[in-house]
Amino acid sequence: MAIMTFAGTALKNLFSKPVTTKYPAVPAEYKERTRGHIEISIDDCISCGMCVRSCPCGTLSVDKIKGTWSINRFDCIACGFCVEKCPKKCLSVVAGYQEPGAEKGSVTYTKSPEVLAEEARKREEMAKKAAEAKAAAAAKAAAAAAEKKD
Amino acid sequence: MNATEGKNEIIPIAPAELPIRAMEMKNKGYRLSQACAAWLKKEKKLELSYSFVDDDTYDIFSLRISLEDAERDTEIASISEIFSYASFYENEMRELFGANIKYIGMDLQNKLYRIQEETPFVPKKEEA
Amino acid sequence: MAKRSVIPYGPQHPVLPEPIHLDLVLEDEKVVEAIPSIGFIHRGLEKLTEKRDFNQMAYVAERICGICSFGHGYGYCETVEHIMGIEVPARANYLRTIWFELSRLHSHLLWAGLMADAFGFENLFYQCWRVREKVLDCIELTTGGRVIFSVNKVGGVIKDITPEMQKAILDTMDYVEKETKILKKTFMNDYSVQSRMKGVGVLTKEQAHALGCAGPFARASGIATDMRMRGYAAYGELDMEPIISNDGDCYGRCEVRIGEIFQSIDLIRQAIGKIPEGEIAAVVKGNPDGEYFMRIEQPRGEADYYVRGNGTPNLDRMRVRTPTFANLAGLCETLKGADYADIGILVVTIDPCISCTER
Repeated sequence: MAIMTFAGTALKNLFSKPVTTKYPAVPAEYKERTRGHIEISIDDCISCGMCVRSCPCGTLSVDKIKGTWSINRFDCIACGFCVEKCPKKCLSVVAGYQEPGAEKGSVTYTKSPEVLAEEARKREEMAKKAAEAKAAAAAKAAAAAAEKKD
Repeated sequence: MNATEGKNEIIPIAPAELPIRAMEMKNKGYRLSQACAAWLKKEKKLELSYSFVDDDTYDIFSLRISLEDAERDTEIASISEIFSYASFYENEMRELFGANIKYIGMDLQNKLYRIQEETPFVPKKEEA
Repeated sequence: MAKRSVIPYGPQHPVLPEPIHLDLVLEDEKVVEAIPSIGFIHRGLEKLTEKRDFNQMAYVAERICGICSFGHGYGYCETVEHIMGIEVPARANYLRTIWFELSRLHSHLLWAGLMADAFGFENLFYQCWRVREKVLDCIELTTGGRVIFSVNKVGGVIKDITPEMQKAILDTMDYVEKETKILKKTFMNDYSVQSRMKGVGVLTKEQAHALGCAGPFARASGIATDMRMRGYAAYGELDMEPIISNDGDCYGRCEVRIGEIFQSIDLIRQAIGKIPEGEIAAVVKGNPDGEYFMRIEQPRGEADYYVRGNGTPNLDRMRVRTPTFANLAGLCETLKGADYADIGILVVTIDPCISCTER
């Protein structure tokens, strides 16, 4: 049994530099892997919706036609599951936390007009091809039906 | 290091058998590790599991009571007389799953958790 | 006979880290009976299985608790892996062991601080948390989160620990060991600390067994049970013995936990020395169908995981029995006969985690 076992440490602490930093004045240091918030490089996104389906808290939404990707940052728990699931790897978790706010709100990212135009063109092409295929199939079916009648 | 994985067995029993089987476990020097209920959506069954563990060999034996949808209200005797701390688990099973456990040592009258809905984990019985 | 009075204690109380309510029946200064009531922070996380698939549940399970977060995520994933028959790569098992021990380190140092705070030694409290901060830095370096790791998934882990990070962990371990030795001197030898802990809230081995206590709380009463001896993850390949104490009082519980800090440091060193190269995750196909009971050793004691799958992505049942749930009965027993002034210390010595308990 001893007394004053902590006195040495306490005295040492009293005369040494503080281990804490003066936070708002000196900015916090983040590690490379820090999960702060989710970022998207929106032009690489293919609007597949994998992130929406994987999100455990349902904070994401994707609109394929409008080419948007929205996140409610106040609901996001920064688990990184969407980043892992993303097939194009256009999502990333980066340092820096969501700042507090008076209201919850979502942030929407829209693809650049060039990418949107390109996508619309592709969609039109696809639709055209589908329509042609459909027409061809219909013609074939009609021909088959006519043959049967004969 | 010699790792001892331990046995992990599930023993199906009838509802009325529970006290005697619990006594058997107690006499073997086992400890009640946990008790929980589960509602099987597909089979429409309520399952109660009482897990007993041996602290030396790390074995775990789970007594399993299966109740069909129609016999969900079967009375089950509490084992809190045998394992006093079973009260917490039994209160939880009754409150969340509506298991009809009788004579719980420390009866909390469905006030273990402060929830609005009654027996949230099982579907409501259809009004006859 | 002295007059009996009932004093409500909690859920909001300066000494309580989390909300638990105790109705204390007092006779003068002595507690005759204590009736616990919980349920202030029940979040119904187990019921979420109806809406979330089994992969998402790994992240939900982690958020059951902020301190034993890694253990919950790991226990859940391991249970699902057992059901689906997935063989986890050896490297993933070692990584999980390292992270598990880091989480145990930060939990035990947190407890040491809370304990010091409970017996009124503010300076020691800050010193403990100062050491803990270094462990948290290590966790942030390797996983990206300070308390919520989010590295477990069904089938393995998401992130790897690079050789540079391993070195940083080993350096931190040297620092933590050096500092904890100083802390140990105060916790174990100091006269004023001992006068608050020795002989307070004695629980004999028989009582501890009869009340189903688990973890450090049971080990302090001389029950040599440690789920890590079951050899899950990489524990089967590392050397360890359960740390026990025969005192059964607050001093014994403190001794066990301080001993476990050194044990964790040793295990991390062993695991980093033995870690094999290779994959960190296995491929997962299909949905779980079946059931399994899994027990792991959380910082606070033995935790039970039960998962029941039905072949669809949504599980029928996920059940977590946390250590505090098992230790509540033991707590009420130790409170009987204690001084009113010692209640705070006694509640803290079981290392209560009420949000775990209520899920």
